[in-house]
Amino acid sequence: MKTQISRTARLSILPALAFSGLLAVSAQQALAQEVGDHQYTSEAVETGSQVYTQQCALCHGPQGALVDGINLSIGQFRTVQSDADLRQVISEGAGQGRMPAFSLRAEELRGVIAFIRAGFDPEGVAVIIGDPVRGKELFEGEGQCADCHRVRGVGPRTAPDLSNIGAIRTPASLQRNITDPATALLPINRPVRLVTRFEETIVGRRLNEDTYTVQLIDSTERLRSLKKVDLISYEISDEPSKQPTTMSSDEVADVIGYLLTLRGLE
Amino acid sequence: MRLSKQIGTIGLVFFLGLAASNVAAQVPYERILNSQDEPENWLTYNGGYKSQRYSQLDQITPENVTDLKLQWTLQNQVFGAWQSNPIVVDGIMYITERPNTVMAVDAITGRFFWKYRHIPAENALICCGANNRGVAVLDDKVFMGTLDARLIALDRITGSALWDVEVGDVDLAYSVTMAPLVVKDQVIVGVGGGEFGIRGYVAAYDAETGEEAWKTYTIPGPGEPNHDSWEGDDWEHGGAPVWITGSFDPELNLTYWGVGNPGPDWNAGQRPGDNLYSDSVIALDADTGELKWYFQFTPNDAYDYDSVQVPVLADIVWRGTPRKIMMWANRNGYFYVIDRVTGEFLEGKPYVKVNWSSGLDENGRPIPTPQPEGMPTYPGNQGGTNWYPPSFSPRTGLFYFSAWQDYATIYRAEESDYEPGRAFLGGGFSVLAPAPGAPTIGIGRTNPINNWTNEVGFASLKAMDPQTGEEVWSYDQFDVSDSGMLTTASDLLFTGGREGYFHAIDARNGDLLWNVNLGGQIVMAPVTFSVGGVQYVSVISGHALSTFALPH
Repeated sequence: MKTQISRTARLSILPALAFSGLLAVSAQQALAQEVGDHQYTSEAVETGSQVYTQQCALCHGPQGALVDGINLSIGQFRTVQSDADLRQVISEGAGQGRMPAFSLRAEELRGVIAFIRAGFDPEGVAVIIGDPVRGKELFEGEGQCADCHRVRGVGPRTAPDLSNIGAIRTPASLQRNITDPATALLPINRPVRLVTRFEETIVGRRLNEDTYTVQLIDSTERLRSLKKVDLISYEISDEPSKQPTTMSSDEVADVIGYLLTLRGLE
Repeated sequence: MRLSKQIGTIGLVFFLGLAASNVAAQVPYERILNSQDEPENWLTYNGGYKSQRYSQLDQITPENVTDLKLQWTLQNQVFGAWQSNPIVVDGIMYITERPNTVMAVDAITGRFFWKYRHIPAENALICCGANNRGVAVLDDKVFMGTLDARLIALDRITGSALWDVEVGDVDLAYSVTMAPLVVKDQVIVGVGGGEFGIRGYVAAYDAETGEEAWKTYTIPGPGEPNHDSWEGDDWEHGGAPVWITGSFDPELNLTYWGVGNPGPDWNAGQRPGDNLYSDSVIALDADTGELKWYFQFTPNDAYDYDSVQVPVLADIVWRGTPRKIMMWANRNGYFYVIDRVTGEFLEGKPYVKVNWSSGLDENGRPIPTPQPEGMPTYPGNQGGTNWYPPSFSPRTGLFYFSAWQDYATIYRAEESDYEPGRAFLGGGFSVLAPAPGAPTIGIGRTNPINNWTNEVGFASLKAMDPQTGEEVWSYDQFDVSDSGMLTTASDLLFTGGREGYFHAIDARNGDLLWNVNLGGQIVMAPVTFSVGGVQYVSVISGHALSTFALPH
């Protein structure tokens, strides 16, 4: 494999961004409300954070997303719906032994569920969540988001489809993506430029890659799968295709409010 | 009248012939000892006591490897990473699947003879997957260790249980995931549980009865040498598991075992001292289990750098002198050459980026350079390499293994109390990611779409020269790899990776000769064997074991 690919690794630990504003809702509360269950105390979340690190993180990963089909921090499960389901899976195991049974004390079990429901955020980073209606207008208008992003079947496909972005990102992550895209951009989403030995230049965004092939969506919205032996050059940009937003912090809050309503098909 | 008598006679002869062939199919110790003389079989986990995973078979060559054709596929009936290693005896393959099932199949067709299922106790605790890495054979028996820390002997022909003994206390989270090692008339296993505060050991059992012959703790008790490498009662739950099959030198009568991490994993400050024999290789007398020597790779480990790699043995002229050496690419990022008679350190160099240590002193002891809190440590928690078996080819003189390149984690140490049967980790870690919250890599691959990319680490198959301790060539893959290695007398190197490609590579220069996308992660080494003059190569990818051969 001779492909030259830049490997600019950045630290994943960044200082939490704090905004002030009229309507400040913590991510923790937002998610707890979203679940519509009940509120957990910050002590429970703290306990759960420790239990999670010690008992769960080895398999589920520090962000809770290492097991396929499960992303604990954003409440994506295979079968679990209610907290009672969570309690059962943790206590009794599931998936033909892939998830072992854990004998946790009552407060530990409660804590780890609280931690999962709090979106893995023991600090409860305060992100302003504004008016979704105004946010939708900004998204489609002067925010210029809809110039590249598609939502619910409308808009271009070159940038990631955001139809369920509210279900797979935390408010803090959404905020960082809008205000500082260079540090928030996932590597898979970096713009790529390929030249094939048939002298075709392809610009697009990767969907998947392995040692010998790369799958992408090109600038004409075609799905392409290319063999690396057929490439003369393969460049991956370190820079996102968008600049940090010029919107005000209130406007950003509104856009986040709108994005959080995008949760796929109901 | 005359006719029926004839038939009766033929039938009798036929029956006697069948019985005779069963007797011939016995696997006495001598066959295992001389397994290099019968490359048509794969008689031990690591393909012989030297653990070279090198086969004398040479029917498949660099020239004809592109003609390989799929012969049969065995579908695993349970989910989860399939890390089992097949054993092949006279055309019969013995393979395990999760949690503790042994299967005997025809090695030419993949059709079943029998299946034995052990259901582990419900409270069995396994940190990192309900794995079983295969069986051992001796005489007419098959041996399997279990997740609930038992050792079971089966009749090799019928698959029925002959004895079933306790290796460790399941309530204290002891387990057995390795394939046993048979030496003479004993079956030897080590125990897992390094994330649960066990006190590790290697134990031997009489192959005939299951009676315990000896048991050697990997953490010395009061009054034993090196007990003072622990403080207070830390030794009682200091981990040091043994979860990968060892090697054996019959001339020295020594077995060699890689020992895992001390506990709690990430809080080294909580257990002052070198914490012997965690993260070491230990040489044990094959008859008594007596410790003859040890070499510790990572004293007072804070990074979970289990030294559970396979001890790969070779008798070579090393820098001008014939020597009995041991080669070891360690999880801590260094490649070592060790004298296996004495345990003397001969050479050691980093094979990936290493920043927890600035180098090794003349005795091979690392010079520690712990990173400031919150800063990345190289290699990361899964190591520069891990348990997956390497290979050494006496023809090329090179040692081959899977390395994780450019992979780092950020550790967090926490005080933790030992409680029986519960995780004892002492903190946690996160993988260095290119963006906050970006997907990263962990134990095994569960997603067909690689959205973490090579920016969090990638695989590098490395060919190392034990003469210099340096890399001769490498072959990179986009995702990381947990695949083991197989080399052959025709200078082929077979391996895989998490991406599901099964590769045939030229062992001399690293050129890719052939590959096929099998579609699921390859997390064990391929094996080769032959039946009826035809060479086969078997590899497990995802939930399928596929067997290839040239057209015949």
